[in-house]
Amino acid sequence: MYERKIYRLAKHITNSDEDAEDVLQETFLKAYEHLDSFLGHSRFYTWLVRIAVNEGLMKLRKRKTDRTVSLDETPEGLEEPVIREIAVWDGSPEKKYSQQELRALLNQAIQNLKPSFRTVFVLRDVEELSTEETAEVLNLSVPAVKSRLLRARLELRERLTAMFKKKGDDVFAYL
Amino acid sequence: MLTCKEFLKELNDYLDDTLDPELRRELEGHAAECPNCWVIFDTSKKTIQIFKGLEPQPLPARVRDRLMAALERKMASKTSAKTRPPGPLTSPQA
Repeated sequence: MYERKIYRLAKHITNSDEDAEDVLQETFLKAYEHLDSFLGHSRFYTWLVRIAVNEGLMKLRKRKTDRTVSLDETPEGLEEPVIREIAVWDGSPEKKYSQQELRALLNQAIQNLKPSFRTVFVLRDVEELSTEETAEVLNLSVPAVKSRLLRARLELRERLTAMFKKKGDDVFAYL
Repeated sequence: MLTCKEFLKELNDYLDDTLDPELRRELEGHAAECPNCWVIFDTSKKTIQIFKGLEPQPLPARVRDRLMAALERKMASKTSAKTRPPGPLTSPQA
């Protein structure tokens, strides 16, 4: 039941099918091996997510292709979120696109986020962990999670609005 | 009345519906007066909804098979470690 969600999470973190496959496997093997150490203080799924996130970040660090893999960096407050796209969406993308097309568009949008924003967004808004659970899994403070989440949401909103907005004069239909 | 910057600062909690009622009313008031902030709120909400609405895809068969095989190997090794008779405590004398 959890394997699909862990695989999706691993793909979002690593941006790679091959790495996600390894992360999935390592996560379940480690969970099986260390089942005794699951103390029940958190939900079992949150415990699995913590293992998967650690495995995923290790993969990213090993690849060293991305210089922004550290979740310890402190991007919050350095720059104001940029808002360029202010337009209503053209109907409902869920109705306009097939699930497959939509998945490809969303994956493309999310892959361009910095890992430190992407991971927070995926845990909060895709895997639906609470702010506190996300902070616990990532060893971040609650304000740091909130700050990164806002940046991630606004950046994704920009990208999706660029794809889904009404075109031409309709772009100002909300005014 | 809130400024647009203050509205953005509270946007997360507004989207998550975790604001106290008074501040929530202030944000609603601002969004009703400021079309730009309203559209940012509306499209942010839709952004979150669209990601939440996507179901995880089934695992590709090859990935699932590889996972199951690895787990079976792990279980087998754990079981055999438990059932293996204890070895001698000291090396046998030649």
